[in-house]
Amino acid sequence: MINATDELGAEQLLALYRVMVLIRRTEERLARAHQMGLVPGPCHTYVGEEAIATGVCANLREDDVVFSTHRGHGHALAKGVSPRAVAAELFGKATGCSQGRGGSMHLFAPEIGLMGTSGIVGPSILQGAGAGYSFKLLGSDQVSVAFFGDGAVSNGAFHEGLNLAAIWDLPVVFVCEDNMYATEVAFRDATRVQDVAGRASVSYDMASVRVDGNDVMAVYQAAEEAVSRARAGQGPSLIDCKTYRTRPHAEGMRDGGYRTAEEMESWKARDPIAAHAAWLIDKGRASAAELEAIEAEIKATVDDAIEFARSSPFPEPATAADYIFSRGA
Amino acid sequence: MREITYTEAAREALAEQMAVDPSIFVVGEGIGERGGNFNTTLGLYEKYGPMRLRDTPIVERGFVGMCAGAAMTGSRPVVDFMFIDFILDSMGELLNQISKIQYMSSGRIKMPIVLRGCIGIGGAAATHHSGSYYPLFVHIPGFRVALPSTPYDAKGLFKTALTGDDPVLFLEHKLLLNRRGPVPEEAYQLPFGQAAVIREGSDATVVALAIMAPKVREVCDELAKDGLDIEVIDPRTLAPLDMATILESVAKTGRLLIADETFGPCGIGAEISAQVMEQGFDDLDAPIARLNGMHTPTPYSPSLEAAIIPDKAAIAQAIRDLVAE
Ligand SMILES: Cc1ncc(C[n+]2csc(CCOP(=O)(O)OP(=O)(O)O)c2C)c(N)n1
Ligand SMILES: [Mg+2]
Repeated sequence: MINATDELGAEQLLALYRVMVLIRRTEERLARAHQMGLVPGPCHTYVGEEAIATGVCANLREDDVVFSTHRGHGHALAKGVSPRAVAAELFGKATGCSQGRGGSMHLFAPEIGLMGTSGIVGPSILQGAGAGYSFKLLGSDQVSVAFFGDGAVSNGAFHEGLNLAAIWDLPVVFVCEDNMYATEVAFRDATRVQDVAGRASVSYDMASVRVDGNDVMAVYQAAEEAVSRARAGQGPSLIDCKTYRTRPHAEGMRDGGYRTAEEMESWKARDPIAAHAAWLIDKGRASAAELEAIEAEIKATVDDAIEFARSSPFPEPATAADYIFSRGA
Repeated sequence: MREITYTEAAREALAEQMAVDPSIFVVGEGIGERGGNFNTTLGLYEKYGPMRLRDTPIVERGFVGMCAGAAMTGSRPVVDFMFIDFILDSMGELLNQISKIQYMSSGRIKMPIVLRGCIGIGGAAATHHSGSYYPLFVHIPGFRVALPSTPYDAKGLFKTALTGDDPVLFLEHKLLLNRRGPVPEEAYQLPFGQAAVIREGSDATVVALAIMAPKVREVCDELAKDGLDIEVIDPRTLAPLDMATILESVAKTGRLLIADETFGPCGIGAEISAQVMEQGFDDLDAPIARLNGMHTPTPYSPSLEAAIIPDKAAIAQAIRDLVAE
């Protein structure tokens, strides 16, 4: 079998690195902004999980669609939403990608296929299936991706959505981000079957694979196969990504009691960005200088995004009830 | 009297009742060892263990439906749902099953289930964590709906919820949770369907729900300096609704405003207004007025969030307008 990652050129390999660093640095600054009171609402970061959104979205076209979760900054940035638009949204500004209506958990950029992050666990799976239905009905070769956490796997939405996508051969890629916890409830306490890939294949006869969610190349490879399958009309797939979040469930929350320092350290040692950097250098695909240049470039981008967010205006109060219904009807 | 927070008061009622009634168990996400996202069960897991403080997967339809079966067979489940937005997935279980089974079994089956958690707008929580939705439940026969606004009411009403045999929605406005107030240490109950006159006055009556109760009272204290003497009523429960107290007040003042943070259309204000017209029309000296939050999903940005809820200035204006009618 051809390994999709073998065919990646240096530029694409560095692009994966760049997107992961962009997500990490943007969120580090957003977390700090949250501590300073500049992000008025909740803020769930993706720190430690960047390889998943990055590896998946690198296989998507701009007109492919993504349905995301409460932990969606990474999905938005990887799909191509500008750091300015994400930061401004979290700051509650009119220039944000949801014009200040949504904040961290409600990021929208449908122009480039970000169909929304969600404050409710579960709907991404069903809406992802529905987009697949739409593409099939309309004869389009677009692909739909649904991201969700281990917490959603026990929910009816998971079972209903996977079943529908399977029986109707919908062009959907389901991406489970199993970071071992739903808030503080361990996945092992929420299910007897943590093998999410196994559930998809055994229960719904769906192509599925389990990957190291901290290995961007592994995620890329799995997503390449799944997206190609969907685009070719061969039905849905599920990618079961094992990963870990290295910050609290949400900014400002305590993070004690439910997980050990050893567990945290063992995952920090497997940081997806450091791992990809080491791989690139080890294989001679990039130099340390190139990676440093990317860091510097991203730092400038993120500085600009935060300054943009800070200096943008708040939305006009008079617009609070705009857009409840479609216009012009 | 000692002062404790609203959340502590409700937790005290839960702890007291769990100690005497082994059929009570709590389900929810993080209500076990963690003690609840809002500290609703803090310290209880250590006492009663996982059978009675059950952390669940994220399966709102599942655990609400399961609790219906448990309630039908001798247990007293308490569903700790965090935000009311999260149990919307279980509306079928609630409206088709939980509200109807006592009726359909001709009273032979009881449905002692309490669903408790946050409602309301605040803290830039945005539209999936800011719902109120209580008019939906008041509309459906078979639910009791409690909406306490003080720690004292929270303890007494929660106790009543835990000892009754009906499905109860016990709804806690998120901005009330950390407010302190006097609460007796001993056990007590407050009957459902008994409004509290939280401020006496003769110029107009304001019925104020949940967070609006303390807000309206503060405004009325300020208006008193201008010689306006306003009566404020907190119904405390919406189903049953104490219309007698409201009608009695309107008979005295001749003017009525209903202040409710959630939506106006088909809401509690519309219902109270209709009932006053039916039963107290002759007492009215002016059209009944309503003050509601804007009829829109809840936006995130502080500038938009503030724009959709009636602030103190809007409350004061509504009262002045009513008195000037
Ligand atoms: C229907 C619903 N129930 C409860 C919640 C509260 N909640 C928000 S995030 C979360 C945990 C989600 O865990 P998981 O799906 O594993 O995602 P993670 O946070 O680990 O990325 C919970 C319970 C919610 N948002 N929606
Ligand atoms: Mg998780």
